[in-house]
Amino acid sequence: MVTNITNLGRSGLSDWLIQRVSAIILAVYAVFMVLYLLFHPGLDYATWSGLFSQTWMRIFSLLAFISIAAHAWVGLWTVSTDYLKQAGARFAFQAVVMLAIFVFLVWGVQVLWGA
Amino acid sequence: MSTLQISIYRYNPETDSVPYMQEFQLDTQGRDIMVLNALEMIKQQDSSMAYRRSCREGVCGSDGMNMNGKNGLACVTPLSEVVKDNKLVLRPLPGLPVIRDLVVDMGVFYKQYESIQPYLQNDTTEPTMERLQSPEEREKLDGLYECILCACCSTACPSFWWNPDKFVGPAGLLQAYRFLADSRDTATRERLERLEDPFSLFRCRGIMNCVAVCPKGLNPTRAIGKIREMLLSNAT
Repeated sequence: MVTNITNLGRSGLSDWLIQRVSAIILAVYAVFMVLYLLFHPGLDYATWSGLFSQTWMRIFSLLAFISIAAHAWVGLWTVSTDYLKQAGARFAFQAVVMLAIFVFLVWGVQVLWGA
Repeated sequence: MSTLQISIYRYNPETDSVPYMQEFQLDTQGRDIMVLNALEMIKQQDSSMAYRRSCREGVCGSDGMNMNGKNGLACVTPLSEVVKDNKLVLRPLPGLPVIRDLVVDMGVFYKQYESIQPYLQNDTTEPTMERLQSPEEREKLDGLYECILCACCSTACPSFWWNPDKFVGPAGLLQAYRFLADSRDTATRERLERLEDPFSLFRCRGIMNCVAVCPKGLNPTRAIGKIREMLLSNAT
């Protein structure tokens, strides 16, 4: 048993589950986006904006954003604990990652509902 | 043609400030001998060469080493299996501190093995004769109990290289599952609780280096997957 304080879930099992579920959501979102772009070759602003004005698309996008935030945090936390052996450097890296994820998430919400 | 070029990692902490590679020429007389036999012939040339060996038939697990980049037991690895372009490079198992030449300090490896409590735990009343298992229950231990703790798998695992103090490693986890799968063991819950953190088990990324190198043909990755399934089905 290894004690963790920087890992949010404090559990390898929940991290593992978060990573799998968020990966599935991101895969579905990515496939949807690729298909949408393929089926709309001459995509203009009105169509694109129309897609994102619909509530289901905003919910779907927010779900993907939250998934990417969780996925990135679990992944980069793991990378930092593998390679950054100096505690101060590791904590600084984790703080920067956390801040970036938070900023991108809030920004994403603003983009989705702001337009 | 039959002269083999062997390059061996040498390090004697009492005389060398840094490790170095020493070149040897070996006339195998065209025979396909085991790497351990070749090492023994080299020891005739240079008696200061240090390596571990005992049973010379893949049972004791003493002579695990890195042969042309791949971990394995020198005693059951024929030259034909590892030699490329008539060259053989022998190094100690990666990731563990070197004591001398090909001898590594297995302390951290054994510490992880100890952490999974590799012995049967049963809090029910002891029967007069023995705890019986059905043939089906016994079958669940096949592919697990055969491990000889040679450390070839754990020292081939990058997750173990980066966190040998926190990640149990494939060898330890295979044994963890050996006791989780045992019908006579009643400490399942406690065993699972000790493996639930982000390091002990979940540092496994499933790259299967352990499976690729195991000289006994065992599959630690599958055992790790089984433990994960047990953790999942026990969780809420």
